[in-house]
Amino acid sequence: MSAIVAENLSKHWTTAEGQVHAVDALSFAFEEGTLNVLLGPSGFGKSTTLRLIAGLEEADGGQVSIAGRDVTALPPAQRDISMVFQSYALFPHLSVRENIIFGLRVRKVAPADIERRLAKVAGLLALDRLLDRKPAQLSGGQQQRVALGRAIIAQAPVCLMDEPLSNLDAQLRQEMRAEIRALQRALGITMVYVTHDQVEAMSMADRVVLLRGGSIEQNATPAELYDTPANVFVARFIGTPAMNLLPLIAGTHGALISGTEGPVVAPARYAGWTLGVRPEHVTLAVGQGARAEVLTTEYLGADSLVVCKIGASAVTVRVAGRVGLSPRDTAWLDWAPGAAHFFDAEGIRREPLTHLQTETMYA
Amino acid sequence: MQWVHAWLLMLPAAILLALFTHYPAIATLWHSFFTTPKGGRPAQFAGFDNYQQLAQDPVFWQSLTNNLWYALGTIPVSIALAMLMAVWVSKNIAGRSFLRLAYFTPTILPMIAVANIWLFFFTPEYGLLEKLLGAFGSGGHNWLGSKNTALGCLMVVTVWKEAGFFMIFYLAALQSMSPHLADAAAIEGASRWYFFRRVTFPLLMPTTLFVFVNAVINAFRLVDHVVVMTRGGPDNATELLLFYIYEIGFRFWDSAYAAALTIVLLALLGLVAVLQFLFLERKVHYQ
Ligand SMILES: Nc1ncnc2c1ncn2[C@@H]1O[C@H](COP(=O)(O)OP(=O)(O)OP(=O)(O)O)[C@@H](O)[C@H]1O
Ligand SMILES: [Mg+2]
Repeated sequence: MSAIVAENLSKHWTTAEGQVHAVDALSFAFEEGTLNVLLGPSGFGKSTTLRLIAGLEEADGGQVSIAGRDVTALPPAQRDISMVFQSYALFPHLSVRENIIFGLRVRKVAPADIERRLAKVAGLLALDRLLDRKPAQLSGGQQQRVALGRAIIAQAPVCLMDEPLSNLDAQLRQEMRAEIRALQRALGITMVYVTHDQVEAMSMADRVVLLRGGSIEQNATPAELYDTPANVFVARFIGTPAMNLLPLIAGTHGALISGTEGPVVAPARYAGWTLGVRPEHVTLAVGQGARAEVLTTEYLGADSLVVCKIGASAVTVRVAGRVGLSPRDTAWLDWAPGAAHFFDAEGIRREPLTHLQTETMYA
Repeated sequence: MQWVHAWLLMLPAAILLALFTHYPAIATLWHSFFTTPKGGRPAQFAGFDNYQQLAQDPVFWQSLTNNLWYALGTIPVSIALAMLMAVWVSKNIAGRSFLRLAYFTPTILPMIAVANIWLFFFTPEYGLLEKLLGAFGSGGHNWLGSKNTALGCLMVVTVWKEAGFFMIFYLAALQSMSPHLADAAAIEGASRWYFFRRVTFPLLMPTTLFVFVNAVINAFRLVDHVVVMTRGGPDNATELLLFYIYEIGFRFWDSAYAAALTIVLLALLGLVAVLQFLFLERKVHYQ
């Protein structure tokens, strides 16, 4: 049984510019005990979706079920969820202790029980020595942990998080990422985690729902998202640096990269489509593959990024270590046939060529 | 040379303040130790004579008690009402901007006009209140003319006037409260009353202190509606300190005695302000 199911969930706002379909007939199902990420650029309905699951917003259509129970008409408190807000939403006048046990007090949990649960959560999040402070006396990361504590102590089977790490610095964010993931696994919580950071999504999630304009672009595991992006939008969004997308044109012997005379990279019927290849899958070869001109090189430490020009398009290549190329040099770019992705004129993914086809094509 | 500029910039404000606030206060203190000059007789040093007279003046004591009752009756009610209206009006309800305006109107009306309107409400026999009560068969009151009800009537007017004004401060404070706090509490299942008691009310405390100080000062400072509605009567029942000072100073022209009264009022307000900031301030700020 799925822990969270949304069916045709919709929400629109009426604004000065007209109707905004913040969430547009969304359907998805999340399994129990998994971490699911709602990913997407800013303003594309992630928070709204989360608030619909929480019941903080009323849906215009569709339904939400949690643990097999239709909760669409229930208030937030009866949905058996906890939530961590983007802004933490800590009560500024209450101590860390009171913030964490706020919900327990509301529900009149026995004092002894409160103490026991508080001790456990405080230990888990290393908040023991901060319990008497006010939120303003904490660092961003500590506030984050308090917000997390308030969610965990509820012992709700479902936890919703809205960009909980967006205010933290890179270092802390990485630590917290691992901490949240470990916690989620340890407690077996079903988590819905909103972020616009694809690195966060890829590194934490069991399942990623990529949203755009209130509808789903792709709902898959991180590996699937990376290996078989469903369309050009997904291809561009997942991976840093982003996948190279090269328009194809018709040549005499087959499809060519726009602006080049060769080599043939796909059958003739692919003209008008887009060829996608990830920077890490492009290799620098000598005298074979596509001829390109180096535009810039960027040394990152473990690897370098070389940006080249092929025809009318720029191609980023990721190579290990340092490269001995400088701008205006000629480079030869090559990639394994299996590394190429193809998207049709509508930007929809088409299955790449099989080896057989490739061989006959180049023969 | 920067400090010269600083002083020059402060000078206009400083001059005005000294001229119209500090000098009069000190001059009043000075005058309160002299007799009132009359005809050809100039003012003579009188030491604490004026203050001694004051201690034995029953009207002074009556106006002081009146004023205390008046403060006690108006401050908590207008603050509570202001808070209630603000919480209510800051919600997303239809016609909320209309409500805000409606609540704020008493504040923008001149007090004299307000007093005149209320004067009509309280008029015996054909006033609004009497007409209404008459319909239920219990008319026949002279609200402003009776010793028992006159001060109460003034209090009602004051509450009506002040609540809308204080509401603006509460509205501003509520606006700066993150809406996510309410969301967080909703997820935990807190009722609206619980949320108000444990979150909204404490977070409004700094505003409440500010409003409270203002309300206390106003309670000892309001005089316009006394002038219009009762002139201190009947039988000194609505004699408030400032109105008494006004009467002594400008009807009986006893300026020295009025000066002594003023100093007492000033000392009283100063004391209240110091106490408030010393003791309440500490409990109010949460950071
Ligand atoms: N209360 C509201 N009234 C009107 N429009 C709203 C409201 N809340 C959200 N929207 C609109 O709905 C759309 C989706 O908003 P949402 O907050 O879900 O985006 P998001 O994906 O969470 O973005 P971000 O990453 O910036 O938080 C946006 O176009 C936004 O302008
Ligand atoms: Mg958001």
